[in-house]
Amino acid sequence: MATTPGSSPTDVAAHDTLPLTLSVNGIDHSLQIDPRATLLDTLREYLGLYGTKKGCDRGECGACTVLVDGRRINACLTFAVMQEGHEITTIEGLAEEDQLHPVQAAFVEQDAFQCGYCTPGQIISAVALLQEGHAGSEAEIREWMSGNICRCGAYPNIVAAIQQVAGGKRA
Amino acid sequence: MIPFSYSRASDVGAAVAEVAAEPGAAFIAGATELANWMKIGIQAPTHLVDINALPLSEIAVRQDGLRLGGLARMSDVAATPAIRQGYPVLSEALERGASAQIRNMGTMGGNLLQRTRCPYFREASYPCNKREPGAGCAALTGPHRLHAIFGASDACIAVHPSDLAVALTVLDAVVHTQSPGAERAIPIGELYRPPGDTPDRETALEHGELIVAVEIPAAPFAARSHYLKIRDRESYEFALVSVAACLELDGPDKVVRSARVALGGVAYTPWRAQAAEDALVGKPLTEASVAAARAAAVQGAQPRRDTGFKVTLAERAVVRALTTIGERP
Repeated sequence: MATTPGSSPTDVAAHDTLPLTLSVNGIDHSLQIDPRATLLDTLREYLGLYGTKKGCDRGECGACTVLVDGRRINACLTFAVMQEGHEITTIEGLAEEDQLHPVQAAFVEQDAFQCGYCTPGQIISAVALLQEGHAGSEAEIREWMSGNICRCGAYPNIVAAIQQVAGGKRA
Repeated sequence: MIPFSYSRASDVGAAVAEVAAEPGAAFIAGATELANWMKIGIQAPTHLVDINALPLSEIAVRQDGLRLGGLARMSDVAATPAIRQGYPVLSEALERGASAQIRNMGTMGGNLLQRTRCPYFREASYPCNKREPGAGCAALTGPHRLHAIFGASDACIAVHPSDLAVALTVLDAVVHTQSPGAERAIPIGELYRPPGDTPDRETALEHGELIVAVEIPAAPFAARSHYLKIRDRESYEFALVSVAACLELDGPDKVVRSARVALGGVAYTPWRAQAAEDALVGKPLTEASVAAARAAAVQGAQPRRDTGFKVTLAERAVVRALTTIGERP
């Protein structure tokens, strides 16, 4: 039910939650959720999938990048209730058993991170970029990865990792 | 964030009726703007109507022009081959906006209804007439190098952030809307309201009115077009100044048959530079005619303490954009 504009933010308990089925990494999860929960908070706080990182929470850093139906988006800028019926892929869903996804392996081989906080978002974004066909040159990779900020400045190695996968090379 | 209720709309009529009926209701689609407003506290809807399932995602390329559904995603429109080919200014403007992630989320309608990135508007501790009518404007005295050089008022000097809107301005686009029992066609040049004394009222749209489509007429200048965006960093940033331009050129002398020029990042709306267009039409595209257009483009500019550089930047951007188009085969 709608509440009045003057209602206080502490009214949460009085507010309705919604039933929601969320499909993440091929598994359906049944949740009862506050509509205010972003997809990002839902992944982390309700489903225990901590790989997707919360950086700015404003769509400015890319740490929360996930795939929805194969397309990369910022999980902090969408509400979980909006994602019912869609297939969500997080960093936890990339590896096959013990086999790293080629982009994950390339990030390890090229030392494409320092602190690692932005890395899940970088890797998911890179997976999408490769599918989109935007790995044609270093400049193109940099432009199409610009939604993922790395404050450690690992950009040259991130570009190298993406180029390694795009070129089909394995170190 | 205050609590809100949520529903999914399955047809356009029901969606607009649902939002129109409740003063605190809002449409939600890409969510990239509204979710942030709700987190920051700029907007506090009590009910969200999710319109993502509505059949408004079409990208139709026809003989007489383009029809883009209000829910067509920025990335999908930009990547449409016939749009890259026939309307490059549109693809270029879209792909210089935001990030790949946000372009996968952002819609045509939502992009046009972005609100300013003025840092005082987005930070609740500053007074802002747009956020809180009558509160005052912190940008007038605070640092304001990102702000307007055209069309501002003493109540608000903010600029509109959309790149898409600038491209649509040179393409003579029309915005189609639906509200309960009524449809409207709004020329892009009439979508944004001058700030005047009411900078909180930003567009011609009424509560419950939904952008269902954007139509762009086929035009002889559309294929020779370009979007140049100048930013503080090379990517993933809003424009300091941008230029959308189209030229219809004739013969080996490149005589300009028709022209469109608009500036972004300089006003509450894309700033159509008709005087620059007039300076070009009927003459061969030469350094002299481009120089005349350059001067005409910033006629009437009213820079403030920190925005003088935008006038020079806009002049140079106009030269570069027109030269770039002229050099294309």
